[in-house]
Amino acid sequence: MAEAATQQSTAAALGRREQGAMLGISRRSRYIAHAILIVGVFIVAFPIYYTFVASTHSLQTILRPPLPLLPGEHFFDNYYEALFGGVGRIGGVGVGTLLFNTTVMALGIAIGKIVISVLSAFAIVFFRFPGRMFFFWVIFITLMLPVEVRILPTYKVMVDLGLIDSYTGLILPLMASATATLLFRQFFMTIPGELVEAARVDGAGPWRFFKDILMPLSKTNLAALFVIMFIYGWTQYLWPLLVTNSNDMNTIVIALRKMISFADADTEWHLVMVTSVFAILPPILVVLFMQRWFVKGLVETEK
Amino acid sequence: MSPRVTFPNKILPYLLIAPQLVIVGIFFYWPASQALYQSVLREDPFGLRSTFVGLANFRRVLSEPNYINALQNTAVFSIAVAFVAMAIALLLAVMADKIIRGRGIYRTMLIWPYAIAPAIAGMVWLFMFNPAMGTFAYMLRSSGYQWDPLLRGDQAMVLVIAAAAWKQISYNFLFFVAGLQAIPKTLIEAAAIDGAGETKRFWTIIFPLLAPTTFFLLVINTTYAFFDTFGIIHAVTGGGPGKATETLVYKVYNDGFVNLILGDSAAQSVILMVIVIALTAIQFRYVEKKVHYG
Repeated sequence: MAEAATQQSTAAALGRREQGAMLGISRRSRYIAHAILIVGVFIVAFPIYYTFVASTHSLQTILRPPLPLLPGEHFFDNYYEALFGGVGRIGGVGVGTLLFNTTVMALGIAIGKIVISVLSAFAIVFFRFPGRMFFFWVIFITLMLPVEVRILPTYKVMVDLGLIDSYTGLILPLMASATATLLFRQFFMTIPGELVEAARVDGAGPWRFFKDILMPLSKTNLAALFVIMFIYGWTQYLWPLLVTNSNDMNTIVIALRKMISFADADTEWHLVMVTSVFAILPPILVVLFMQRWFVKGLVETEK
Repeated sequence: MSPRVTFPNKILPYLLIAPQLVIVGIFFYWPASQALYQSVLREDPFGLRSTFVGLANFRRVLSEPNYINALQNTAVFSIAVAFVAMAIALLLAVMADKIIRGRGIYRTMLIWPYAIAPAIAGMVWLFMFNPAMGTFAYMLRSSGYQWDPLLRGDQAMVLVIAAAAWKQISYNFLFFVAGLQAIPKTLIEAAAIDGAGETKRFWTIIFPLLAPTTFFLLVINTTYAFFDTFGIIHAVTGGGPGKATETLVYKVYNDGFVNLILGDSAAQSVILMVIVIALTAIQFRYVEKKVHYG
């Protein structure tokens, strides 16, 4: 959005200002809006900034509150130690392996999920067939059956299928869920029936309609969903906790949890904070990078 | 639901929906039915034999004070998280929609926590508010406030609610902003020309038109508070101190995977499923009548 905003020509900016005037939003209420937003940004961004600050201080500094508000001088020491020193608590597995595992899992889930939910939402909205609403509810209810409510039996299925400690085991069961299907269904339902009719009159079959009309219209939603599902995969907790036993199949979030011990005092907080930064950074980059694309899509639909 | 124009194919829709149904069947419904089956069995400690005990597991679970406690904790936690996260996000989204300069910067700054795992969010908040070395805990204490979430249950609850809601603000913000942008500007202009002020426009035009977004977020936030926050509880409090932050989901995990009481854990899973399915069905039926999908 930052880029989109700066890229906008002066004319567009003028247009917006005019619009603001037309909508009767006073200068004062815009100042209030800015103030509220600044407070919001502070609340939202500060903990992340502070994590980074903590990752640049020595363990001694961290253990003596209050922690300074500015980064310290142990940036290189801490990051070098975390990357190449090996972290004892998690069996000496490097941060690189953890990042690779997490990336595979997040990408697999994001792509797989989008493909199967677009297809099923397409079937539910654009076809009439016996059992349609039944199937919709079958999928919808899974929103309410996450791993957490069926922990043991699902674990047993994974053991029976030999999927423990495998990428398939990490990805496949998480590919199905109602969230994406629900979202695509909602979006597809806003597409006017005339479009379908026009496509049919022109002799386009369902596949043509799907490829040439529906997917181009869904670009924004696809991009948004990709971001959502990538993050979903990246931030999984309970599932990798259950299906990975060996340290070199761990995701970075699980490894991080293993590094922390709140009971005793020997947690190496400076290394924990460095690993936190590595766990936080890739998904943030995806969000920021995809945001441009996503917002471009939004701006185009506004025209 | 309005009648729609559709394609006449008979077999194709089944093929399209099949992949999702296969995965859902193997990894959702089969295990869920196993939970249902186990909930009426009692296994001996070695897992060698199991006997049919009817509803005894349910009776025992429901009369257990710990379970009632977990139920109350979950209610408080979910309502607080959904309300706080949605209210703050809506406020910020409406503000971001008003201003002219710097929209992009605000949005970029606001969406960060969205990318963070709940467990990490919890750890970061605990890092700041940990009584031993947290900076904010230090500040609270030096101002004379007795802050110790590791010993006091209510404070532990506040901490996990804060961490859980904080993480969810970005997600809600993103969807509210998208929802606000989708509202036709002409409608708002028309109201402005007719002399409706900002507040009035919000409650009579913007808020009702946001209903599909709000409905979607309500379902997602409730589900989030119920389930996705397991990581926060597991990483930050472990259900403690005492059992002050033990939610239903945490208890299912703890009884089943840590204490290995299979029958009780399965019975709790089943109760949880029933609660949540009912909740969603009510939300869906009630709200769908009032929102319009355009």
